[in-house]
Amino acid sequence: MGTPDRATILPALAAILAGAGATLALLLAETQWHVAVVALAGVAALLIGGRAGFGDAIHRSVASHQRVTSATAWLAGAVVVFLLREHNFELLMLCTVMLYVLAGLGLTVQFGFAGVVNFAAAAFMGVGAYTAAVLMTSTGLPHLVVVLAAGVVTALIGSVLLLPLLRTRGHYAALITIAFGILFRTFLEVNDTLGGPQGLKVPGLQIFGYAFNEAIEFDDETEWSFYTAYAGVFIVVLGLAYTLVRRVERSWMGLALDAVRLDETAASAFGLNGAAWKIAAFSFGNFLAGIAGALYAILTAFIAPASFTFGDSLLLLSIVILGGLGNPLGLLPAALVVVVLPEKLQVIQEYRFLLFAALVILILLLRPGGLMPRRAREYFPGRSS
Amino acid sequence: MTHLLEVSGLSVRFGGVRALDGLDLHLDEGETLGLIGPNGSGKTTSFNTITGFVLPAGGTVRFAGEDITAQPPRHVARRGIARTFQRLRLLTELSVFDNLMVGQHLTLDHGIWANLLGRSRLRGAIARQTDEMRTLLRHFSPTLPDRLHEPVSALTMIDRRRVEVCRALARSPRLLLLDEPSAGMTPDETAELMRDLQNVKAARPSLAVILIEHDMAVIERVSARCVVLDYGRKIADGSYAEVTRDPAVRRAYLGEEADA
Ligand SMILES: Nc1ncnc2c1ncn2[C@@H]1O[C@H](COP(=O)(O)OP(=O)(O)OP(=O)(O)O)[C@@H](O)[C@H]1O
Ligand SMILES: [Mg+2]
Repeated sequence: MGTPDRATILPALAAILAGAGATLALLLAETQWHVAVVALAGVAALLIGGRAGFGDAIHRSVASHQRVTSATAWLAGAVVVFLLREHNFELLMLCTVMLYVLAGLGLTVQFGFAGVVNFAAAAFMGVGAYTAAVLMTSTGLPHLVVVLAAGVVTALIGSVLLLPLLRTRGHYAALITIAFGILFRTFLEVNDTLGGPQGLKVPGLQIFGYAFNEAIEFDDETEWSFYTAYAGVFIVVLGLAYTLVRRVERSWMGLALDAVRLDETAASAFGLNGAAWKIAAFSFGNFLAGIAGALYAILTAFIAPASFTFGDSLLLLSIVILGGLGNPLGLLPAALVVVVLPEKLQVIQEYRFLLFAALVILILLLRPGGLMPRRAREYFPGRSS
Repeated sequence: MTHLLEVSGLSVRFGGVRALDGLDLHLDEGETLGLIGPNGSGKTTSFNTITGFVLPAGGTVRFAGEDITAQPPRHVARRGIARTFQRLRLLTELSVFDNLMVGQHLTLDHGIWANLLGRSRLRGAIARQTDEMRTLLRHFSPTLPDRLHEPVSALTMIDRRRVEVCRALARSPRLLLLDEPSAGMTPDETAELMRDLQNVKAARPSLAVILIEHDMAVIERVSARCVVLDYGRKIADGSYAEVTRDPAVRRAYLGEEADA
């Protein structure tokens, strides 16, 4: 291999810097104008940059400097959180974006890799959220265990859908997941032990005795938002999940999932068990959605059936498609656009969803592959084979 | 002695159509059998039934002494039967390498450790497979090995046919079912493909092959024995010379050629 030229790392570093900068700018933009300019500039940069081949340059650069770029990305995340340490609302938004990305990673495995439709991603987040709420209030389980358990429970509850999902295809499978989402919401609304329509309060996170819901005070002057600690934890969780999903993609597993999506019948002639791979993908995706839901419950300290609607499921799906179906990296810009934009454009009230929808449609018209289209699989990027 | 493949009395119906009507067929290890017949005579259906894609209305398929009738395709694959599809079914947006690895599905380690955690095993496997697949492709084309990481969609139809054959050969099957692998090729390209196949056969003497072909002249050069189908029935079984002399074959098959 030899030592790659130092300068070849510049595109990767520039991309991380630009990404972190755009995230900060979007979160901190105060006037409608700023928000619009930042969002449009960011989207335009991705679209034009992609056309101009910057994407390839960045990809090559990242591939040949894996270690340094991933370390830099972690650092950039930490710096963004640090710079926002006194901005409560912006940190909360950043945390929400991260949880949407986490759930989006699950959907990427399900829909992007294996081609299994899921129009109930928000409902699965809901399953995780309610599981966490119940376990935290009625058991003394350590909270890390609770979060993992919420993921496992969500995967298990999702498996009731497996039989109909495996037996039906296309539109019917989509309908089944939609029905599940609606049933789930109705179930919550009539279930008094789960709080009915009013929902449940959720206690704050505690890890190894550290209570996350207390503001971080250093002296009388400086006080950090308690969301700083949450954001820190979420970055770690998200980083791990991202790495895992990337590894799934860049392995025989990812190939098997692609084969299931592209031509399951042809692949069965070579021994592939399509049903088993769909089950694995669906369960793993729901596991991630469940964890995202559990963290969401803890973050917002309160959950209600109205937090996990069909509309939210569509929002998650649109993030996955807008980012570039099957590309986990595209989730971040897509989630920023989808979560932050409507929030920041409050003033235009009724029109904000219209504007937002028009933007999403426009982007997909310009680039059907999404903001960051999926690339061909490289099992070990940067190593010539 | 039992044969490697024994098909007896196989019948398949699609509504009113008798696609196969009591087909008997047998094949030994290392043998190459030509399967010919006019359009719609049931050649593809016989492959589909042997490999479990189509359920028979009657009859049995035995492979290596075991009954595999109506087993699902992935179980049939496990036993060492590989096939190509008449209308190519490559995953065109994936690379040549990935397509060949679909052919290797059963030999790959799909475990969590190798794929997600350690990954040094995966790296080793990929290096090994890359070498093996380059060698395999080189049998069929001097340029294909260098295009291992290109998407199949970038290849010509002829090269795609070669990749389809290589995907079926990847896992060293015991029985290879080739459904008109030379469709769309010029006579020269067809001759080349047949020569390449014979080279592979020479390196794997126990490999048994059934080759569906439209052109009887192609069959003459590669297989000692031919079976002729017509309306789902076997109308002749023997050497090329015997089969072409058969009056029923002349009527069913050559007659059609004369019309065309
Ligand atoms: N899936 C199917 N559904 C309905 N009919 C079918 C199906 N598959 C094949 N058939 C019919 O069965 C008969 C045999 O078809 P088959 O494809 O096996 O012929 P073939 O010998 O492979 O022909 P060709 O040389 O054109 O490939 C034809 O009449 C065909 O129309
Ligand atoms: Mg056919």
